[in-house]
Amino acid sequence: MHFAVCDFLLDLVQNSVEAGATNVGIDVVESGGSIEAAVEDDGKGMDERELERAKDPFYTDGTKHARRKVGLGLPFLIQAAEQAGGDFRISSRKGVGTRVSFGFPADGVDTPPMGDLPGLFLSAMCFEGDYELVIRRRAPARGVDYEIRRSEILEAVGPLDDASALVSVREFLASQEAP
Amino acid sequence: MAKMTLEQLRKLREEKKGDMVKRDVEGKSVQIIVGMGTCGIAAGAKQSFDEIVKAVDEYKLSGDVIIRQTGCMGLCHVEPTVEVVMPGMPATIYGRVDAATARDIVVKHVVGKTLVENHIYDRPAVDIVKK
Repeated sequence: MHFAVCDFLLDLVQNSVEAGATNVGIDVVESGGSIEAAVEDDGKGMDERELERAKDPFYTDGTKHARRKVGLGLPFLIQAAEQAGGDFRISSRKGVGTRVSFGFPADGVDTPPMGDLPGLFLSAMCFEGDYELVIRRRAPARGVDYEIRRSEILEAVGPLDDASALVSVREFLASQEAP
Repeated sequence: MAKMTLEQLRKLREEKKGDMVKRDVEGKSVQIIVGMGTCGIAAGAKQSFDEIVKAVDEYKLSGDVIIRQTGCMGLCHVEPTVEVVMPGMPATIYGRVDAATARDIVVKHVVGKTLVENHIYDRPAVDIVKK
């Protein structure tokens, strides 16, 4: 099981990249007593049958590891949301893309901790491939409101496989969380 | 900490480039790949990734080292997993790589050219490969 909200989100972004998405959006909003988050992509998408199966922990499409019989990413998130009195939504269209969104009560005893947001956004940019990632983040109570694109970060620092670039970007991302 | 602008990020990046010691004129020769699938994330691969980035930066190895993330490498039972490919060393997949081991991989394997014992795995889980 994942520890933090950020871990669930990173898992979803990894799914999107693996689904061949060229555009991925990630939203994280803390407002009105709840944490609302979403990941949306234009990857290969799923039909209704595949979508239902994706929620089943004992199902995987088997394309990556032929003999593996589990696929735990989405089921972890569904379980965590149910346990904490939150909610989970997924919609997908084959060949068009997928949107996953979820919410947790901000003060729920079973709500996972938010985790490391700058680390999440950094890792979300670091998968291989040519994809655009748009990060939209709001926490009005703390004066946090920003939007960042992977393309503008790449333009500023160059490839994200370089440790010194990664350290700089992490500092940049951390500063965005300042009130 | 004030919010940085993209211009400030660009400057910081340029300053850091000045620090870099380039050892290999042929380009980057060391690849470190961190498994970031569901299994990796659940086991703390993000912390390991962060520690590798920190250590590579501290040792000023940026000019030589490429750090990448990938999905599940098939070693879910020993996550987090980290693969290191570099000249003069066998390609190695390390398992159970917590932050301390991640640092060891940079210091011992990449810099010291010695394997990090008790963390070497090279075979996917038995439900993936037939014996």
